Amino acid sequence: MTRVLTRRKLITTGLVAAAGASGLAAAARLADRYGLIPPDDGGIYGVGETLTYAAQRLLMAHHSVAREFNRSDISSVAPVNGAPPETEAYERLLSRQFAEWRLVVDGLVARPSSFSLAELQRLPSRSQVTHQACEEGWSFIAEWTGVALSDVLNLVGVSTRAKYVAFFPFDQSWDSLDMPDAWHPQTLLAYGMNGQELPTGHGAPLRLRVPRQLGYKSVKYLSRITVVDTLKDIGKGLGSWSPEIGYSWYAGI
Amino acid sequence: MAQEREWFLLACCVAGSYVDILRAPLMRITHGINAVSFFALLVSGFAILLAHPRLYWGETGAVGTPSLIDLPLPFVLVGQSGWGRYLHFLSAWVCVLNGVIYALYGLRTRHFREHFLTYNVLQRLTYLIVVFALFPLMIWSGLAMSPAITSVVPGVVSVLGGQQSARTIHFFVTSVLVLFVLVHIGMVSLAGFTSRARMMMTGWTPAGTEQR
Repeated sequence: MTRVLTRRKLITTGLVAAAGASGLAAAARLADRYGLIPPDDGGIYGVGETLTYAAQRLLMAHHSVAREFNRSDISSVAPVNGAPPETEAYERLLSRQFAEWRLVVDGLVARPSSFSLAELQRLPSRSQVTHQACEEGWSFIAEWTGVALSDVLNLVGVSTRAKYVAFFPFDQSWDSLDMPDAWHPQTLLAYGMNGQELPTGHGAPLRLRVPRQLGYKSVKYLSRITVVDTLKDIGKGLGSWSPEIGYSWYAGI
Repeated sequence: MAQEREWFLLACCVAGSYVDILRAPLMRITHGINAVSFFALLVSGFAILLAHPRLYWGETGAVGTPSLIDLPLPFVLVGQSGWGRYLHFLSAWVCVLNGVIYALYGLRTRHFREHFLTYNVLQRLTYLIVVFALFPLMIWSGLAMSPAITSVVPGVVSVLGGQQSARTIHFFVTSVLVLFVLVHIGMVSLAGFTSRARMMMTGWTPAGTEQR
């Protein structure tokens, strides 16, 4: 075999490279259209994030449900990471048992609304005993009671343009879910834990529960929910606060 | 004395056969990628472990509950292991996709069969265990920690005894693989590290140094 670069070889290589590049571009456009590209897809690590997110979204296309356990499996120890928000607004609401707290739901919805805790508790309640794993490595099982996020989204009427639901707590952190997770029957707005009111450390008065992802996606201390068609304009445009501090947006791992 | 010589010959033989496989260019490239991704997985996995160097058995475990083993390591990367996680999952994809190419190419060109026949019993056993038990168990126990994957196939984690059991198994299989890699490098060294390493990277063997 000679190592001489012939014209034929050059043309063939060029054609193969062009076909490969346009194939990749077409794949990227298709993936974007079907919601298989995460908002933190940039850089070399973005390649791994995209592969993981796309593969798991395709695997879960038939609406798989996270494992549920018996009440007897509930852990006696449920550790808490991080302290409650130290903002004046949160502390004032906490001191009055959240009587004046309201959850704002706005963005791409037909009827922007706000809900008091009592109003949310009057909606059909759901309970789940699920496993929650922290990215650090520890985990626990607990029972969560609340209203399905999908019930609240149906009340406010979500636009067909909606692509993500963003969640804002009382501190600087924020997060978002894609629509498959937002509509998922196990995605809860939880106000109860293990048969009691949601303890302050676990996110009172209301927290998100997303049992098909790691614990850090289950945003605590909720204040506002916004339906959007792009995440580019929120924070640094990476989909949540996590990528801003070095963790991935998608945490199905 | 005679026994030591036998062991030395065995070492040369193991290293020789392993390196021999690498003569085909694609085999060398995939071996190189495998080495780099394995090292990246090891370093990033260690970083992830340093966020919580305690191992449990069953579904759950946390500080305040009984552990299986408290590793003699500090909790230094609590909330600081994000880079480790990004690197771990990227390298896992590289390692698995590369492994698929390696396996398909090896099977298609009958590379494995030809070389497998030249192995002795110990080599065959080691090779079979690493390829068909340890690597699959690594991937399996890794996937068993994913709440998304276990929502699709709950059996992946329940068979292992729970999410924390999967994490513990992931740790111990890593330890065995590290031991294998150390022995592997040790044997290559015994057989003449410089010429073997050069062979591995370039495919070129100096005349007269061929070892089988």
